[in-house]
Amino acid sequence: MVQNNSFSGRLGKFSIYTLVLFSGLVCLLPLCNIVAISFSSSDAVAANAVGLVPINFTTDAYSMIVEDKQFWRSFGISVQRVILSLIVNMIIIVLMAYPLSKSKRQFKGRNIYMNLIIFAMLFNGGMIPTYLVVKNLGLLNTIWSLVLPGAVQVFSIILIMNFFIGVPKSLEEAALMDGANPFQVLMKVYIPISLPALATVALFSIVGNWNDFFSGLIYMTKVSNYPLMTYIQSLTINIQELLKAGANASVLENVAAVSNRNLNAAKIVISTIPLLLIYPMLQKYFITGIVVGSVKE
Amino acid sequence: MKSLQQGNAKNIYQEKKSKKLINIGLPYHIMLLPGMIFLVIFTYIPMAGIFMAFQDYVPAKGLLGSPFVGLENFTYMFSLPDISKIFRNTIVIALGKIILGTLLAIVFSIILNEIRLKFLKNSIQTIVYLPHFLSWVVLASVVLNMFNLDGSVNQILTFFGFEKLNFLGSNKLFQPLLIGTDVWKEFGFNSIVYLAAITAVDPGLHEASSIDGANWWKRIWHITLPGMLPIILLLAILSLPNILNAGFDQVYTLYTPMVYETGDILDTYVYRIGLIGREYSFGTAVGLFKSIIGMVLILSANNAAKRYTDRKLF
Repeated sequence: MVQNNSFSGRLGKFSIYTLVLFSGLVCLLPLCNIVAISFSSSDAVAANAVGLVPINFTTDAYSMIVEDKQFWRSFGISVQRVILSLIVNMIIIVLMAYPLSKSKRQFKGRNIYMNLIIFAMLFNGGMIPTYLVVKNLGLLNTIWSLVLPGAVQVFSIILIMNFFIGVPKSLEEAALMDGANPFQVLMKVYIPISLPALATVALFSIVGNWNDFFSGLIYMTKVSNYPLMTYIQSLTINIQELLKAGANASVLENVAAVSNRNLNAAKIVISTIPLLLIYPMLQKYFITGIVVGSVKE
Repeated sequence: MKSLQQGNAKNIYQEKKSKKLINIGLPYHIMLLPGMIFLVIFTYIPMAGIFMAFQDYVPAKGLLGSPFVGLENFTYMFSLPDISKIFRNTIVIALGKIILGTLLAIVFSIILNEIRLKFLKNSIQTIVYLPHFLSWVVLASVVLNMFNLDGSVNQILTFFGFEKLNFLGSNKLFQPLLIGTDVWKEFGFNSIVYLAAITAVDPGLHEASSIDGANWWKRIWHITLPGMLPIILLLAILSLPNILNAGFDQVYTLYTPMVYETGDILDTYVYRIGLIGREYSFGTAVGLFKSIIGMVLILSANNAAKRYTDRKLF
């Protein structure tokens, strides 16, 4: 009986390890594929010969990117956007979360503000009215069209508000007794003890802004103003047109266009490097953010 | 004398405290001001723009000068044969993602929890969380390379003697492709919450039941899953409002006119017809319809969560 049990246990263990390893591979291999494509010759890519290992290893695609002005221009726009958004978002998050973390007794208008913010989360004017507002403000084709519409991150504000609520009241009372004003209390008491939570929402902001292509698509009318993801998206559309004509072999013979695939793959690889660099932080803080902030009791 | 001093000190203390409490309103309002300005400009003014859903909006005439047409845009919307198809696509794709995504995340969290090798567990977690952080622009390229007619997936299929499948161009396969790739992107990350729920289950229960002779399946079924049930229920309720969000980024980066039949969703439709086609009023009407249903769903989900799980979104 015991023997039997341990046998099935061993078999069970084996299948569990296999399944978990399989899941890991399923997530990893498609990403390896795109890296392999970026290091392969365009002929090999056009022939769909590339699997997990580069074929006819070459860094041609990467040397071509070095000279691609639009790529680096878009890269720069994305970096600029991420930094500006991060600054704007963080200022607004702490400035709004702090008063909102007060009770109704301590801050009379608190619930009015809170309801306005929650309503903004529940309901919105939609894509077109927002677009028209941005357009009428003259923000089209400026970096601010990528920053300001997303200035108020409601979810992050609520997350930090909940964190602030948990800060012991005695700390604030002591600071107020010593004559500190609320701005000083926020700067000297609340922000220093909330750094992990603030890191979480900072990373939300960075990842969201880096990955977003839609704002660039609707608010930028010139390709030269595209942030990186919008620019890359506009390139992949060309591949898509080719694949759409998949049945039509003569189109696929058109190597000039298809050979762009290794170039595009290289652009994609470079565009993910910034995220990979901060990935250890992402993993750590996103998980805390999720477990702490996703729902409240 | 001593007591008087004490009383005085107490009074001063109270006075100071109450003064602080009275004066504290203004700095708080000032703190909220910048955010509220942005909220009004980019959220509340566009809400006023919803008015154009009841107009035949002409950009040159503006919101005040355009002719009022009542519910015409809405009657037109419901008269279109496309619209029911688009609603169906949206709901099928979104529900598919929610249901399959939840199931897979639960199963994955259970088997991952069985892994005792810390190094392996951490590495696997690092890998499976990664796609969550990548943009659909990036992953669309990955998917296009894998699933095109001569891509790796079709090479594997032909290797095993199956016929090639046109995942990206066939109306039958496009929805499964969307659901499958989205589940692939998110299952690892979604498993985090469930993993936390599993580790919160009292290990004593497992010990007791294995002493009583319960095997692995029985323990999962009778201890782990019931322990996870509240969080599963909560997340299921809270994901309900997303049945109209089928994922603009993913669909937009993967679809082609060939698969509009099954791949077109509300958001892509509003974008294409409303913004690109410049049917501003009609696009706004469709968007408004979606927003209203979405809001009703969020409110109901929040109420249901409060009632059944003692937790809430807001």
